[in-house]
Amino acid sequence: MNRTILPALLAAGALCVALAVNAKPVAYEAPPETVEFKPGPGVELVQGNCGPCHSADYIETQPRGPKFKKDFWKAEVVKMIKVYGAPIKEADIDPIADYLAATY
Amino acid sequence: MITRRTVLQGSAAALAALGPLKAFADDTVTLPFENGQRPVMKYPQKRPMIRLTARPPQLETPFSVYNESVITPNDAFFVRYHIADIPFDTLDIDTFTVEIKGKVNKPLKLKVADLKRMPSIEIVAVNQCSGNSRGFSEPRVPGGQSANGAMGNARWRGVALKTVLDMAGVQAGAKQVTLNGLDGPVIEPTPDFIKALDIDHARDGEVMLAYQMNGADLPILNGFPVRLVVPGYYGTYWVKHLFELNVIDNVYDGFWMKTAYRIPDNECACVEPGTAPKTTVPIGRFNVRSFITSVLDGAKVKAGQTTLKGIAFDGGTGIKEVAVSTDDGKSWAQAKLGNDLGKYSFREWTLPVNLAAGAHVLKVRATSNGGKTQPEKATWNPAGYMRNVIETTRVTAA
Repeated sequence: MNRTILPALLAAGALCVALAVNAKPVAYEAPPETVEFKPGPGVELVQGNCGPCHSADYIETQPRGPKFKKDFWKAEVVKMIKVYGAPIKEADIDPIADYLAATY
Repeated sequence: MITRRTVLQGSAAALAALGPLKAFADDTVTLPFENGQRPVMKYPQKRPMIRLTARPPQLETPFSVYNESVITPNDAFFVRYHIADIPFDTLDIDTFTVEIKGKVNKPLKLKVADLKRMPSIEIVAVNQCSGNSRGFSEPRVPGGQSANGAMGNARWRGVALKTVLDMAGVQAGAKQVTLNGLDGPVIEPTPDFIKALDIDHARDGEVMLAYQMNGADLPILNGFPVRLVVPGYYGTYWVKHLFELNVIDNVYDGFWMKTAYRIPDNECACVEPGTAPKTTVPIGRFNVRSFITSVLDGAKVKAGQTTLKGIAFDGGTGIKEVAVSTDDGKSWAQAKLGNDLGKYSFREWTLPVNLAAGAHVLKVRATSNGGKTQPEKATWNPAGYMRNVIETTRVTAA
């Protein structure tokens, strides 16, 4: 399975109706995503590299504080690459971790 | 749990009186740990739930629900997905097919109607997320930051996996069954969510292909139209939208078994906080837990006679006794256990107490028929799994 899921599609009620004509699925329309990646240097990298697979609240709800800065976020980025196969460029790892540490 | 509206109303008790929260976009709750603010959102077939994440969806049950009934209503049952390609909008009970293949004599493809023609079983069982209560881990750990609402108790009906496997004819040398649901990865390299059970466990007569929950079709977000029910075991094994079972003659080594959902290989499933375990094993059965549900932490209660109520459960030996303390653990009184809905169910308990005016620290501690009880100090592991510390509820009587 490798479908593209974009927040915009989730909001498109018309699409659900179109699919409903073919099969007989139970109507399902999720409420919108409400959390956005916070503005800051590097936010485009995070939107592009993290946003396709999960919503911004995955980041927003993580623990905060002095122990959850660059090292913590870099480990998470590396986990996303090594474990979940995120196609993040080597050169982007530090800028992404810097953004996350500075913004969250 | 404190909501904006609760704050306006002045007490947690007022929240229960209001009934289900309306899905105003600005409704939020603040779970009782740092960075615990969450939106309260209305999803299809659900009442307003505490949203941890939107994509993939993770919804937590408002804790007041556990005081409504020992059975958790379908519209309040928690939701936890791992990867976000989930065909919610195309699930069709008439065409959905469960395939049994691999080391079997007769591979099967069963529609839901086929399953419903087979002998059925019914079990009341708790489903609990491995990371239920992770947000209380100290030191904090990464992952889904749940409070205590990633658990629920339902009456499941379906076909024993044993019945299906016997029909297919498991071949000699079979070691495990892999379980695959329709929830898939967004990008190709992300490991698909596939779990595995040992063949003897899969054939214990209780592990179930469930098509009904509390007398109704499963909610879409709880695995419609068929999910696995693994009584006594953590929710990670309860694969949703289950469409593919593969009998194998080796031990499955996919990511979600070999690397994720593993616990320290010792009795407490714990390590010194902040350290890593040397060896790990796949997570298994629940440890024993208990909660007070009739009053929430921080509540104001009327001074005098009151009856405390709550729930207790474990991984399948059943609850032997529940003790309650109203003096911060100095003395304990035995609670009365409610109806026994089976060894995998929440067990309700009640205890009349007299709370004089002033502050009280309430505690509840369950002991299982297996002789296990809850620790006074929270155990810790790097993934924040299996929290079962004796819960503390601070109230003020006036």
